[in-house]
Amino acid sequence: MHALSKYVAKRLLWTLPTLLIVAVMVFFLVRMIPGDPAQLILGDSASPDELASLRANLGLDQPVAMQFLYWLGNVLRGDLGLSISNGAPVLPLMLDRFQVSATIVLIAVALATLIAVPAGLVAAWRQNEHVDVAIVAASTLLMSVPSFWLGLVLLLVFGLKLGWLPVVGYVPFTEKPWTAITYVILPVVTLMLIEVGVLTRMMRASAIEILRLEYVMHARAKGLSERKVLLRHVLPNAFAPTWTMIGLVLGGLLGGIAVLETVFTLPGLGRLLVDAIFARDYPVVQGCLLFTALIYVIVNLIVDLCYPLFDPRVTAS
Amino acid sequence: MNAETSRPLLDVRDLRVTTSNGHPILHDVSFDVEAGSIVALVGESGSGKTVAARAAMRLLPKAITPVSGKILFEGNDVLKMTGSEIRKVRGAEIGMVFQEPMVSLNPAMTIGAQLVEGLRLHEKLSVEAARARASEMLERVKIPNPEACLAAFPHQFSGGMRQRIMLASVMLLRPKLLIADEPTTALDTLTQREVMEVMVDLTRTFGTSVLLITHNLGLVAQYAKKVFVLERGRLIESGPVEEVLHRPKEQYTRTLIDALPKRDHGRVPPAEAAPLIEARGVEVTFSGAGNMFSTAEKKLAVRGVSLGVRPGEVVAVVGGSGSGKTTLGRAMLGLLPLSGGDILFRGRPMASADRAAARDYRLQCQLVFQDPYSSLDPRQKIAEIVGEPLIHGPKLSGREKAERVSDILGEVGLAGLGDRYPHALSGGQRQRVAIARAVIRNPAFVVADEPVSALDMTIQKQVLDLFRKLQENHGFACLFISHDLGAVSRVADRIVVMQQGLIVEEGSVGQILDHPQHPYTQALLEATPTLGLAA
Amino acid sequence: MIRQPANLLIGSALLIFIGGMALLALFWTPYEPAAIKLVAKLKPPSAQFWLGTDEFGRDVVSRLMTGAVQSMTVAILTVAFAITVGTITGLIAGYTRGLVDRILMVFSDALLAFPGTLLALGLMVISGPNKYGIILALGIAYSPSVLRVVRASVLSAREREYVEASRVIGNSEFATMFRHVLPNCTAPIVVLATSMFGWVVLAESGLSFLGLGVPPPAPTWGNMLSAARTYIEKAPWLGLAPGICISMTLLGINLLGDALRDRFDPRMEQR
Repeated sequence: MHALSKYVAKRLLWTLPTLLIVAVMVFFLVRMIPGDPAQLILGDSASPDELASLRANLGLDQPVAMQFLYWLGNVLRGDLGLSISNGAPVLPLMLDRFQVSATIVLIAVALATLIAVPAGLVAAWRQNEHVDVAIVAASTLLMSVPSFWLGLVLLLVFGLKLGWLPVVGYVPFTEKPWTAITYVILPVVTLMLIEVGVLTRMMRASAIEILRLEYVMHARAKGLSERKVLLRHVLPNAFAPTWTMIGLVLGGLLGGIAVLETVFTLPGLGRLLVDAIFARDYPVVQGCLLFTALIYVIVNLIVDLCYPLFDPRVTAS
Repeated sequence: MNAETSRPLLDVRDLRVTTSNGHPILHDVSFDVEAGSIVALVGESGSGKTVAARAAMRLLPKAITPVSGKILFEGNDVLKMTGSEIRKVRGAEIGMVFQEPMVSLNPAMTIGAQLVEGLRLHEKLSVEAARARASEMLERVKIPNPEACLAAFPHQFSGGMRQRIMLASVMLLRPKLLIADEPTTALDTLTQREVMEVMVDLTRTFGTSVLLITHNLGLVAQYAKKVFVLERGRLIESGPVEEVLHRPKEQYTRTLIDALPKRDHGRVPPAEAAPLIEARGVEVTFSGAGNMFSTAEKKLAVRGVSLGVRPGEVVAVVGGSGSGKTTLGRAMLGLLPLSGGDILFRGRPMASADRAAARDYRLQCQLVFQDPYSSLDPRQKIAEIVGEPLIHGPKLSGREKAERVSDILGEVGLAGLGDRYPHALSGGQRQRVAIARAVIRNPAFVVADEPVSALDMTIQKQVLDLFRKLQENHGFACLFISHDLGAVSRVADRIVVMQQGLIVEEGSVGQILDHPQHPYTQALLEATPTLGLAA
Repeated sequence: MIRQPANLLIGSALLIFIGGMALLALFWTPYEPAAIKLVAKLKPPSAQFWLGTDEFGRDVVSRLMTGAVQSMTVAILTVAFAITVGTITGLIAGYTRGLVDRILMVFSDALLAFPGTLLALGLMVISGPNKYGIILALGIAYSPSVLRVVRASVLSAREREYVEASRVIGNSEFATMFRHVLPNCTAPIVVLATSMFGWVVLAESGLSFLGLGVPPPAPTWGNMLSAARTYIEKAPWLGLAPGICISMTLLGINLLGDALRDRFDPRMEQR
């Protein structure tokens, strides 16, 4: 369809300036730290020769704009430099850590959606009745608990007091799948509980909007049962804004859940960034910020591109 | 015709409906619809007519409940049916068409899916057979290219087309009764007629009875056989249409009838004079939603219009939606950039006017908006709204200002309401505020952009009468924009008919109403609901 | 609608409690919050120490109260910063439209491409962990949200006919903006400021929990929680108390936000 392809093209084009500005900001963030960039990048233990060669490499004698272009060129080739702490290339290091964060986040958000959508729909359908009041109260409460604290409490109860689940650490799924599951249960449940609150409230609010519209009345006037009215006419329309919300949540979390990873001592992307900040490992800091922003932009792009499935009107205007 | 005629199809008896906190909405209302007839339920907003109609299908919101009375459909009480029984009646036996074509179809489902859904719910049909039936029905409601329509989404159609699709969706099941709740109120005159004609034609073919809910007695006179008049939840008058409309017993019914458009020859046209304001070959383009990466194609909304308004003259601009009449009005106030032509105010071209002349033009020309709900700042009190234009006039003391405001509020019939906020006023009252704001500075020229089309018929008449009185007292020239030839005939000296950005016909009120030349004018005139006897 | 008074009541009660705690701490705490008393370390709650003591024998109640001061100052200053910057830029963007608007939007999109706290994390690299660094970092991270809300409501207010009416009367663009557009944008700004207060409390405690916030020994709820992790089995009260304080604040904010939203719902105005 013409309108659809136009919408897709427009949306794709719009991300380019955003990504460019993101790159500029990440680049200058490190440049704004007082001190010699080469020294910052190589760390305190670097020899004068190494420093000189990196200076030449970065083009530090060149204007800042040129330096940015050198850097951007490297980034586009996938070269994000070497970690100061252990000399490893930044990109593989990040991808490795990203797997851990992504596993937990994807499972948690998927579960949260599965709970939140029906809960929000039922709450909206029974607006102001007991079920609704209970659902709203529960989700508001969940929304108000900080994840790191909830994690700590669950850890205390299920890990330490009851001893049902391992307390800290991570085992890759590829090695021992069953053991791996026991390690991710607590972080996944923590994250899921937090996000269920936000998504349920969102779903409820948009379902209430939809339930007021005449086409819902029309569906009832056709003789459809309440179940079919809700599933066919309310759900798809009410899900559209929730879908955008899921994108925002997912995009935000995929970049790492630093605090939760700290609570459960998981080797995730967020923890990598925090450790790099403490270690003044600037190439890693730069890489993580860039990668996170990229993930966020891509996730939201995908979400927007799927949006016409729920609301065909967006391709119109 | 058949044995069933003895018993009405729908028989509502002593229906009492209240809100959950006991506030009554309907007081023991009774009405009935005989098989094969069109019956009208008439009343203004707040009369309870919509509640009565929805009660017949048990589609009331949770907070509103019937407390006593019966709703007999083919002898069975709808109020006593179980959930599954009522669902068998809904759609299959009683169909319903709603007022707002923009929100009455599900935006996320194709037209085909929505049409097939209802059909397959009540009849055992394969998807293919159901689609074939749906396609055939779309053709009957005059949707061009029905196959493509089935695959399309509602947002791809105009209001009038959506309303016909809606009608097709409901009539697919050949219900015995069709409840049409203000089915054409949101549409312009020509589209309104199209939809009504299709509806009457279809229901006649299928032998479906119609309960028409409306505030427009013109429609009733034209289409209905029997009428019930509701006022604030009470049934005040009923009977055959001829009888009720010709010999109304109740004062309220008479008010409704009086509100219908009527010819009025009372106006003396102002003397020949040089035009106060003149459009010369005015063109306005709209560039659609452009953005960083694409420039949308440009659309000419007004395509070279020349029109002069003499001091004290009221010129009506009439046309359907998309005719460019609103754009022309805005352009004559200098609110839109012209892509061609010029506006002359007091003989001076405004394109090359100096600052003082431009300022004078801006202050001498005022506008009354269509929607009284959005044209008043919700955070200002009425007196502030009405008094605000005085800031730019000659310096006045606080006392003089307050006097001017209270004078004008008195003149528009809102004395003592200056301390209220807009949300505390009714639609008609708000429109009076908007009119007061426009005339407080004694402007030379006022554009009134569909000032009454958002109001009930009786309120329309009051506001039109007020507008006419103010025009006579203050003597401003006026461009009166409307889609309704009926409303225009009350206030105008001259009528200009626009279609697709061009003036297709112009002349005195008498010329246009009695001897319309252009086919578009003739169509408009024919579509205008009147009582027939009034002219 | 039914719940609205309850929301307002419980929400403000919680916030008054936390705010009162902070105000009181400015003048009085049961003990000196930084006083180390190793003989009294890791004492469970008792009549002497209502919520027990930490690993240095410091009184938990006193530290929670002082922590409330930190959280409230950071939150108030950050919200003030973000609202000021965001409102000004949002007004400019919504008002000028055109090129300036596009540039501002590209920048805000780029800033929003970093999940809130992450941008703050990045900015903390420059400032190092300290209170004003946090305020600046979070303030910059959250102002684009304000910009968007203000811009959107300016754009939608501009479409309203009363804005056109103001022009027709003869008001200048500037007067129209300040007399009719801005006053009608206050509701969404107030609602946003409320929820932002909650985000900041959460983000600040998260940063402190990671060790990137207000540095010890100054107590914050976040760094108290962080320290409590080590003793979670031996002294669980250390971990519970600060978490409950954070949750109470957020719950109060969320309930108050709901009450405000219901109140400002434009549909309530219309019908």
